[in-house]
Amino acid sequence: MFVINCPYCGERDQSEFSCGGEAHIVRPKQPTELSDDEWAEYLFMRKNIKGVQFERWNHAHGCRKWFNMVRDTSNDKIHAVYKMGEKPPVI
Amino acid sequence: MTKYRINKTRFVDQTKTVSFTFDGKKYHGFEGDTLASALLSNGIHLVGRSFKYHRPRGIMSCGSEEPNAICQINDNTDLTEPNARATEIELYEGLKASSQNCWPSLNFDIGGINNLIATFIPAGFYYKTFMWPKSFWKKIYEPLIRLSAGLGKSPTQPDPDIYDHKHEHCDVLVIGGGISGIISAKIAAKNNLKTILIEDKNILGGSTIYQNNKNFIIDNQKSNEWLMNEISELEKLDNLIIKTRTSLAAFHSYNYLLAKENISDHLPLDKKNGSIRQRLWKIRADKVIVAAGAIERPLIFNNNDRPGIILANSVKKYLDFYGVSTGLNNIIFTNNDSAYETAVSLFEKGISVKIVDIRKKSSSNIVKNADDLGIKIYWNSTVVNTFGYKKIKSIEIMNLSEDGSNVTGNKHKIQCDCLSISGGWTPMVHMHTQSGGKLDFREIDQVFVPTEKSENHINVGSCNGDFELEEIVKNTNNKVKKFLNINEGGFDKISVFCSKESEKKNIWLLPNTISESKTKSFIDFQNDSTAKDIKLALREGFKSIEHVKRYTTTGMATDQGKLSNMHALGIIADTAGVKMGSLGTTTFRPPFTPLTFGAIVGRSVGKFFDIVRKTSIHEWHVQNNAKFENVGQWKRPWYYPINNENLHEAVQRESKAARDSAGILDASTLGKIDIQGSDASEFLNRVYTNAWLKLGIGKCRYGLMLNEDGMVYDDGVTTRLGENHYLMTTTTGGAANVLSKLEDYLQTEWPELDVYLTSVTDHYSTASICGPNSKKILKKLFPNKDFSDEAFPHMSYQDAIIDKIECRIMRISFTGELSYEINVESKYGKSLWENCIAAGEEYKITPYGTETMHLLRAEKGFIIVGQDTDGTMTPIDLQMDWIVSKKKYDFIGKRSLYRSDTMREDRKQLVGLLTDDPNEILEEGAQIVSELDKKPVEMIGHVTSSYFSPNLNKSIALAVVKGGKKMNGQKLFVPMENKNINVTVSDFIFLDKENKRINA
Ligand SMILES: [Zn+2]
Repeated sequence: MFVINCPYCGERDQSEFSCGGEAHIVRPKQPTELSDDEWAEYLFMRKNIKGVQFERWNHAHGCRKWFNMVRDTSNDKIHAVYKMGEKPPVI
Repeated sequence: MTKYRINKTRFVDQTKTVSFTFDGKKYHGFEGDTLASALLSNGIHLVGRSFKYHRPRGIMSCGSEEPNAICQINDNTDLTEPNARATEIELYEGLKASSQNCWPSLNFDIGGINNLIATFIPAGFYYKTFMWPKSFWKKIYEPLIRLSAGLGKSPTQPDPDIYDHKHEHCDVLVIGGGISGIISAKIAAKNNLKTILIEDKNILGGSTIYQNNKNFIIDNQKSNEWLMNEISELEKLDNLIIKTRTSLAAFHSYNYLLAKENISDHLPLDKKNGSIRQRLWKIRADKVIVAAGAIERPLIFNNNDRPGIILANSVKKYLDFYGVSTGLNNIIFTNNDSAYETAVSLFEKGISVKIVDIRKKSSSNIVKNADDLGIKIYWNSTVVNTFGYKKIKSIEIMNLSEDGSNVTGNKHKIQCDCLSISGGWTPMVHMHTQSGGKLDFREIDQVFVPTEKSENHINVGSCNGDFELEEIVKNTNNKVKKFLNINEGGFDKISVFCSKESEKKNIWLLPNTISESKTKSFIDFQNDSTAKDIKLALREGFKSIEHVKRYTTTGMATDQGKLSNMHALGIIADTAGVKMGSLGTTTFRPPFTPLTFGAIVGRSVGKFFDIVRKTSIHEWHVQNNAKFENVGQWKRPWYYPINNENLHEAVQRESKAARDSAGILDASTLGKIDIQGSDASEFLNRVYTNAWLKLGIGKCRYGLMLNEDGMVYDDGVTTRLGENHYLMTTTTGGAANVLSKLEDYLQTEWPELDVYLTSVTDHYSTASICGPNSKKILKKLFPNKDFSDEAFPHMSYQDAIIDKIECRIMRISFTGELSYEINVESKYGKSLWENCIAAGEEYKITPYGTETMHLLRAEKGFIIVGQDTDGTMTPIDLQMDWIVSKKKYDFIGKRSLYRSDTMREDRKQLVGLLTDDPNEILEEGAQIVSELDKKPVEMIGHVTSSYFSPNLNKSIALAVVKGGKKMNGQKLFVPMENKNINVTVSDFIFLDKENKRINA
């Protein structure tokens, strides 16, 4: 049960948030031009890293905003939190 | 006073007698006793039978590690609690306790026969025995296992007690109120930090509070006296909350901890006064100091489980804290110095005591103290056997060989009525590891100690591996100062004098003359696993400690192996010839001690279990005899029985009325999302499969929403209210998820779109009127409105006024009938509904519920997302190609519709099914096959919706069948338990394929 520093609201309990999986996977602008494999890469393939991972989180029971978070999945240490559209920090 | 209550202490008030019953017999104890100390004061050791062999077992400890003395409290009442540890139950007037796992009685136990056939119940017995033949499983093995499984009896009635939750934040949380916890809490609180100190016993002080030995001196006082003063100082501090009777249950990441406070368990029934029983504290602490202490280890030797064999420090606590002697003729069996404190205490009270020590010598002060008193010490000796069935009577000892691997010389028999054992101490590292901390193995005294890495918690005192008083006091002071960044600890100049252990020796499994297979050296007392079982598991090829644990069930009882885990590890290491530190430990999982379900759920019981959502028309439904069904959190009318109709009869009547004249449905629960913004049309165009850019203002359109994987996610009608304004409806259950999904796309993929979403589900109430007479009823309700097909066509909407209330009327249909949905602000929902009922009276307007709604739409072949779909159905599978735009470049899920897998022709596809016997109704979920004789039988699909249609006068069903699109007219079978039902694949639109009724 970690504490997340929502970039809009500040520190809140993890129970207010939901995780939306790996971050920085951009929906292809021209899906119809992709092969099955390329589309599958976007649709299904996720890294699921043990260690530092860039993730999407939603303050579901708060401001309802989506944002990005860098979390070490092996110890839940949160390295950074940043808004959608902002550049990912170098960790 | 009984003959075992030999000492007066300040902790037990011997002027206040408390009576209680054990196994129906009445006894007396005193205020301040635990159930265990009161039983022992009455000379009762035998309190239970072991799990597997039903061996007689006695009280073995004085705390939460107790494996044997577990009782059923208040049996046969709604307050009953199984598996309560007698060592932790505070005695109160009228307490009723009974032993567990004994039938027919504690003293005569039939299961004891297992003890005699123990050779045939080795490790993995259940896995090996109950395998074969398969047919025996259901009727013979399972009932047999269930009969003998479990310890106590679960309550059969609802729990009448109240439980509570509380959130708390603090600067420092100190876990454990022994000497190191007290020092830590004092330093923190005196430095203006908001501090909470929790302690699972009813008073602070740990084991130092009864340490009256002259070899343990702090600032020239006996350590117990010194600590007593410290506690009274502590109680005066403002920044400190002290919570006794509060045990830590879990230590999660980010210093989030759960602690259970026992509020009224120790009170007599008539004094509870409806008070809360337990409170679960949810604590977020900036810093955590773990001072959880250590647990004394038993020694593992043949027949080490007899009643009267007790951990040595527990014997001291019973004596010096409760004033109870566990025996009058004691032997102490030890591998370390701490048990000598017990010996001295016993001797000073005039009780006979002898010592058996596996070491060759020890020259510490406390050993000298015992020696000087003339206590007989058998050095370099081990116990090889014990005697006495229901209570220990004597022991046999032998000398150890030079290296301790064997025994030598003659057996020597000694009489006793109590054997105190001490195998050293195990630091309670549970909290540390639960929080993610790692452990190091310390070779010299064979303990796992915390590796300190966290910035946010430390371990102090004996849970950190500091066992000597001087280390405990000084290290705690220094560590806490550093941890909290404080200059002055307050204990910097303290002087501590204590006996120090010089000789250390540990043998995990003590040697014997008898072969191992004939000994019973218990490791896990509660689950009855022995050293022999562990060795067998190793011989059978189990290597990982986690596997050995599960195979032998060591450490898997309600005490979670607090006494057994280390010995299991030690024996595995010795047998396998590896270093113990290299094995690791099993995982310590929360809770540390069992939690009641009540404490976990708190107030969230009964009507607070989940939120109940009711529409504003709910009361009308109740008054009109509706039966309700739960749809998500909503209560929706299911059907409205008249004159004792059953579900089927009511639904038949309601469905017929809706098609023959008029029906009315409360559709308020449908999800409603208000969509505004200059890009609203473009947004809908990307979200739905069909085209949305050209929908006229005032028009409605049905839309299907997919996941990016092409599978149907939700559906509903969306109305264009204005140039940049839409009202979307979703399924009742999907509303929250749809909103969240749409927000996701807006915020992350398409932030350039100017669109705003607002959930308005609760803001509007909806009455849906359908049937051939619905237009007439609407005319009565809105006399000034033109309801002609030209002025108000199907799939359009108009504003209107009823009783000065603004409303929106949508002419849309989920039944295939001419149909109108009237929406008003929720607060007017009930009056709107009553107006509709009144206006419809002359047409016998019939309220119908969800069941009839489902039947009506099935007649028309309309799907219900979540019933006819399951997250694996594309719109093409559903034969809804018509709604998938070919022209649009993109929409959510479009690309996935052209994946090789989604284009397979043998996917499950939606079809209609007609039973050959029109009165036979299929079961929803039933499997469908094409060939009955083919083995194995190939399931080609299943029934998703099935009803008897009163309007068609036959049974109809929707189903998904592999390649079903091309199977129209084909005969298939639905095999049931005792018959095969013949069915024919049909069109899934059963009624009015030409859509005539919609404009009737
Ligand atoms: Zn927020």
